[in-house]
Amino acid sequence: MPELNTGDTAWMLASAALVLFMTPGLAAFYSGMVRKKNVLSTTMHSFFAMGLVSVIWALVGFTLAFGEGTGSLSAFIGDFSMTGLMNVNGELFGTIPLSVFAMYQGMFAIITVALITGAIAERMKFRAYVIFATLWAIFVYSPLAHWVWQTNGWLFRLGALDFAGGTVVHISSAAAALAAAIMLGKRRDLGTDQIHPHNLPMTVLGAGILWFGWFGFNAGSALAANGLAGSAFMNTHLAAAALLAWTLVETMHAGKPTVLGAASGAVAGLVGVTPAAGYVEPWAAIVIGLVVGVACYFGLFIKGKFGFDDALDVVGIHGVGGTLGALLTGVFATTTINEAGRNGLLYGNPSQIVLQLVGIVAAWAFSFVLSIIFLKVIDMVMGLRVSDEVESRGLDISEHAEEGYIFE
Amino acid sequence: MKKIEAIIRPHKLDDVKEALSAIGIQGMTAYEVRGFGRQKGHTEIYRGAEYTVDFVPKLKIEVVVDDDQVDGAEHAIMMAARSDKIGDGKIFTYDALSAVRIRTGERGPEAL
Repeated sequence: MPELNTGDTAWMLASAALVLFMTPGLAAFYSGMVRKKNVLSTTMHSFFAMGLVSVIWALVGFTLAFGEGTGSLSAFIGDFSMTGLMNVNGELFGTIPLSVFAMYQGMFAIITVALITGAIAERMKFRAYVIFATLWAIFVYSPLAHWVWQTNGWLFRLGALDFAGGTVVHISSAAAALAAAIMLGKRRDLGTDQIHPHNLPMTVLGAGILWFGWFGFNAGSALAANGLAGSAFMNTHLAAAALLAWTLVETMHAGKPTVLGAASGAVAGLVGVTPAAGYVEPWAAIVIGLVVGVACYFGLFIKGKFGFDDALDVVGIHGVGGTLGALLTGVFATTTINEAGRNGLLYGNPSQIVLQLVGIVAAWAFSFVLSIIFLKVIDMVMGLRVSDEVESRGLDISEHAEEGYIFE
Repeated sequence: MKKIEAIIRPHKLDDVKEALSAIGIQGMTAYEVRGFGRQKGHTEIYRGAEYTVDFVPKLKIEVVVDDDQVDGAEHAIMMAARSDKIGDGKIFTYDALSAVRIRTGERGPEAL
């Protein structure tokens, strides 16, 4: 019978706070990239999720994700044994209080919903977003977390590796982002007006906060203050190699090393190493960073080719980076780093790649299909998109009755 | 009286102000504008997407002078604002119909 470990508990309390801090970091990262008339609207998408998803998580999200489930359904979804976080206090999860685990996982749910909003920037009705976020958090995020991380989940049982959320967080949010970009259509001014980021210093600060919080995200996923957490911490940091790769390939391809590129590259590396952080050697984390950095740079051009307006590149960075990271986990994973993990292709287990692919396809398909359905229904009921006039004035004034900057 | 409007490079403002002061012109108005002429704009790149920015930031200054100061003022602005590269700007001169100093009610060149 495991006992409570105070060191583990202290680290997980800190990790939960670190992961929460990623969401305001994301708000800064995203809102610096939109035009100034939409800075508050974009900030609100993330900040509001901190309230909305927290309450959803407490009411039904956690129990649907991490409840054991009943009968044959237990492979797909939890149960209602911890509805409203009842029966959580006093229980342990491993060596930490179940309450700490529940809060830690809740922070993941928040940032995953917030990540989607990069695709809906500058044109989605706030009301429609709130309804979508609610449905998505309950019916997409919770089941997916159950599949991958709950010991009864079918992907967990299959042996697909996802240390900290490459499929659950990054692929699922990117798939929802793709669905939303398609359903919403392009911003009116895309390609005609100059759609410039209005505050890149804020975006870079946001990327820095994400990097900082990611230590809680990945090293916290060890669920203990131990060697595995140290390993994941190290790998997380080293995947910043993506920053170098992005900057290099951008300089060769477009001519200049942009600061937005450097910030994007850092985030891409952190995304890429997320599923691998607790399974690979440090050198492999650097390789993952380098490969993902190059791939995500070229991932930006996907939206232009297919003509969807993924405004802040959720698909290009979280979709491409999450997918590649999950695949490369199947290449570089080794049980010398994590006994509870599995070996990958490089360590004599090529079939791990297939398991990773199953996880990848499942996350893309499940999130994309349900997102399309939710968005279609919301569109019929209340409309997804603001009017042309509102879009032109900016969502800050029209949807929130405020302006981000008043200089006088 | 004439009104002289000049579009100049932003960093030339102090030089122009001093050149005008040196020939006895005691006031001016300046504001930030954007525009384009023969000088081309520039390209900005955001996450792989290139944007051409046609409008170049400039300053516009306005001074109203007595008729006999026009040639000297135009010359002073021209010499002070010149860098010999495309984009140095232009000077336009118009008739000014009247001038009134609000504090005293003085009119015409007295008010300048």
